[in-house]
Amino acid sequence: MNTIFYIAAAVALISTGMAISGRNAIHALLSLIISLLSVSIIFFILGAPFIAALEVIIYAGAVMVLFIFVIMMLNVGMEREMESRWLRPRMWIVPSVLSLILLIDFLYMLRTMAHPETPGQTISPKQVGVSLYTTYLLGVEIAGILLLAGIVGAYHLGRQRKKVIHRFLKKEEIIEPDKTEQ
Amino acid sequence: MVTISVEIQILFAALLFLIGLVGLLVRRNVIFMLMSVEIMFNAAGMVFIIAGAHWGQVDGQVMFIFILAVTATEVSVGLALILQMFHHFRTLDADELNKLKDDN
Amino acid sequence: MTIVLALIPILPLLGFLTLSLFGGRLPRKFVALIGAGSVGVSALLTLIIGVSFLLSQNSGGVIVINLWDWLNTGGLTASITFRLDALSLVFIFVITFIGFLIHVYSVEFMADDEGFSRFFAYMNLFVSSMLILVLADNLLLLYLGWEGVGLCSYLLIGFWYKEPANGYAARKAFIITRIGDTAMIIGLFLLFLNLHSLNINDLMQQASLKWEVGSSLATWAAVLLLGGALGKSAQLPLQTWLPDAMAGPSPVSALIHAATMVTAGVYLIARTHVLFSLAPAVQTAVAAIGALTLLLAGFSALTQHDLKRVLAYSTISQIGYMFLALGVGAWSAGIFHFMVHAFFKALLFLAGGAVIVALNEEHDILKMGGLRKKLPVVFWTFLIGSASLAALPLVTAGFYSKDQILWYSWSAGNGNPWLWAAGFFGAFLTSLYIFRLVFLVFFGEIKTQPTHQLGKLMKLPLIVLAAFSLVAGFIEVPNSIGSIHLFSGLINTVLPPVILAHENIPEIVLQVLASVISLIGIYLAYLFYLKKPALGASFSKSRISEFFYSGWGFDRIYDVLFVKPIVWLAEINKNDFIDRIISAIASTTIFFNRMLVITQNGKLRWYIMGFAIGIVFILSILMKI
Repeated sequence: MNTIFYIAAAVALISTGMAISGRNAIHALLSLIISLLSVSIIFFILGAPFIAALEVIIYAGAVMVLFIFVIMMLNVGMEREMESRWLRPRMWIVPSVLSLILLIDFLYMLRTMAHPETPGQTISPKQVGVSLYTTYLLGVEIAGILLLAGIVGAYHLGRQRKKVIHRFLKKEEIIEPDKTEQ
Repeated sequence: MVTISVEIQILFAALLFLIGLVGLLVRRNVIFMLMSVEIMFNAAGMVFIIAGAHWGQVDGQVMFIFILAVTATEVSVGLALILQMFHHFRTLDADELNKLKDDN
Repeated sequence: MTIVLALIPILPLLGFLTLSLFGGRLPRKFVALIGAGSVGVSALLTLIIGVSFLLSQNSGGVIVINLWDWLNTGGLTASITFRLDALSLVFIFVITFIGFLIHVYSVEFMADDEGFSRFFAYMNLFVSSMLILVLADNLLLLYLGWEGVGLCSYLLIGFWYKEPANGYAARKAFIITRIGDTAMIIGLFLLFLNLHSLNINDLMQQASLKWEVGSSLATWAAVLLLGGALGKSAQLPLQTWLPDAMAGPSPVSALIHAATMVTAGVYLIARTHVLFSLAPAVQTAVAAIGALTLLLAGFSALTQHDLKRVLAYSTISQIGYMFLALGVGAWSAGIFHFMVHAFFKALLFLAGGAVIVALNEEHDILKMGGLRKKLPVVFWTFLIGSASLAALPLVTAGFYSKDQILWYSWSAGNGNPWLWAAGFFGAFLTSLYIFRLVFLVFFGEIKTQPTHQLGKLMKLPLIVLAAFSLVAGFIEVPNSIGSIHLFSGLINTVLPPVILAHENIPEIVLQVLASVISLIGIYLAYLFYLKKPALGASFSKSRISEFFYSGWGFDRIYDVLFVKPIVWLAEINKNDFIDRIISAIASTTIFFNRMLVITQNGKLRWYIMGFAIGIVFILSILMKI
């Protein structure tokens, strides 16, 4: 069990690192999906199967797909030159230093706390469901309203007045001389 | 089942969080910034799961469900805003949004 | 009867208030009526009070009226109290009487001027302030009057303010007299601090009780008061403002700068004579300054060619005589000369003003001539005034007063042959310069035709003043001729009589010498300027003549010593470094703002970075704790 944890953790870390340093947006997103899947494995190991499933369905399945849809809509992938111009190695220095300091702080914090062993039993979805609908009923309702608000907001904010011509259609006038090759 | 100390688990979550933070600071493309924020959310939620598993309570998982709901909402609204930004500024550069600059 | 005393200064004050508030809207006749009338009624009241004062048994006494308490704080009590004794009676007589004549003259002189009501308002304020000055019971009220006359002098010198040169002259007068005023107020502080009162009588009593002759406190007090007197009376070294003050209208020059304001210094010294007696060094200084000034001004008057400037230097010189008299302890002689001088000097200024107006604003005597036939009244009155000034023997008032001073400058306690010699030579210069003026203006050939005829209102005051210039002397005739001592008898009820010390030469000898020298002066003037004008012209072109013309270079000295350094300081402080220290605070703030503004660059990632750094800080701090 422990080795699975370490392997999954390693994969998660590496793929997250690739996600944030990728040039191409789609590739980065795909790496992120891998990261989320390995995190889901870790959730399984920790005894939270319901959550693991939710992670895959909602996070990797819905949120990431939403990202991909938006990127496709905006045709971001065509601008990798810009990315390589923006992402220079020396830009990583300061954030990395800051994160390192935070990590050291965090480790120090951990050292000074008592740490008994993990009990290690699985918590079934049934328990989660029962808790949600009895103890945390109010939270569920509010979360529902929040999602409603999100829907309305996303619809309203995403509206455009002007007609957007697809880039390929626009480009036809410019690349017309090259089209003779095709 | 698992005999890994809780420290290591939380350390792992912290590492993920920090990677997300670095990504947020470094990237200029707003989509990547949003992505990094997602990573940070995920890591924070992981801490809840770890804690829930550690104490053997269900509350950790319930908290993660709520976090998930919030994240989903936030992503959709954020992406809608990114769409607006793109149509207005024709670029996805976060540094272009500097109209709140103080130039006296 | 005592309320009448209070009315004397108050009536012109009311006149001033009325004219300054409503004068612009009243017709000219009313303005003239109020302006001249208020002073006229004051003159009448003075006459009434004077007669009753002289006739009453206590002519050695006083009339006091206390109007109200002005200040009563911290040991200093001052009240608005008017006090009439023989000394102030003489002064208010001169002020109101000559003032009234000059007001009447001004009604015609200023008839075409647009500032008619403003002129009379200022003149009334002046008369009121001067009366307050001489009637004041305490030094604080006296200082009020002192400042009032200084203010009116400034306002009236710069009366035609549209001409910038007049403004400069007014400023110069004000600033130089201000130097004297500052010395005076410090003197007042000194007196109050040591003698705890500002009431003149109290002060004089306390001073004679507490201070010995020659003590340093008395000397300092006397020196400081002398400073004030020098400023107002235009004596050395503060005499440079009076010639330039001729920029004002002629009635102003007549009233303020001949008859009254410039004699305020004489009044002050006479009033506080106890202090000067307690400080013999200062009294000697008064005599010395008087002697030097009369010579200096006499020489300068010889070379001027602006008519009014000759008269201005003449005023300085004659006040030098008064100071000389006060300095040797001949108090009544000084006051007598003041009274007589007021008559003939006012006459000369008014007549000079008439000449200037008749020739359509021509001031230069070299462009005048032969006006004898054309302006007969002016000629005769001017001649009488000049004769009085030159102390023509026996017939003119000036002879009696100036002769008395010369006699006392030899024989009195502080007297000195040198002082007498200065006065004697000064008399020669006086007759020389004034008859130079007479011959150049009224004799010879006509160079400028008179275009203006003079009306009654201008001629009448001239005639009255001329009459007085002749007869006013007869109330004080020396022993050798016929002995009449009406005036000194009156004054000696207030001021101490002269103590004769060196009577080695009989008085008659000095009198004959004085008469002869004034006649010689007249003859020489005739020679140089009438018979052989070429001599006079060649003298005026010589270098020494230019030196005298510039007032012995005093203006230049002051310019180099005082004006230039201050202007230089102002120049180097043009950037106002003190102001810059204060604005440096603003600059520092702006500098820090510029530095901090860099952090507000509107970039999102920058702000997130700020977050991250903050988190690092807070966590670090929390952990160490």
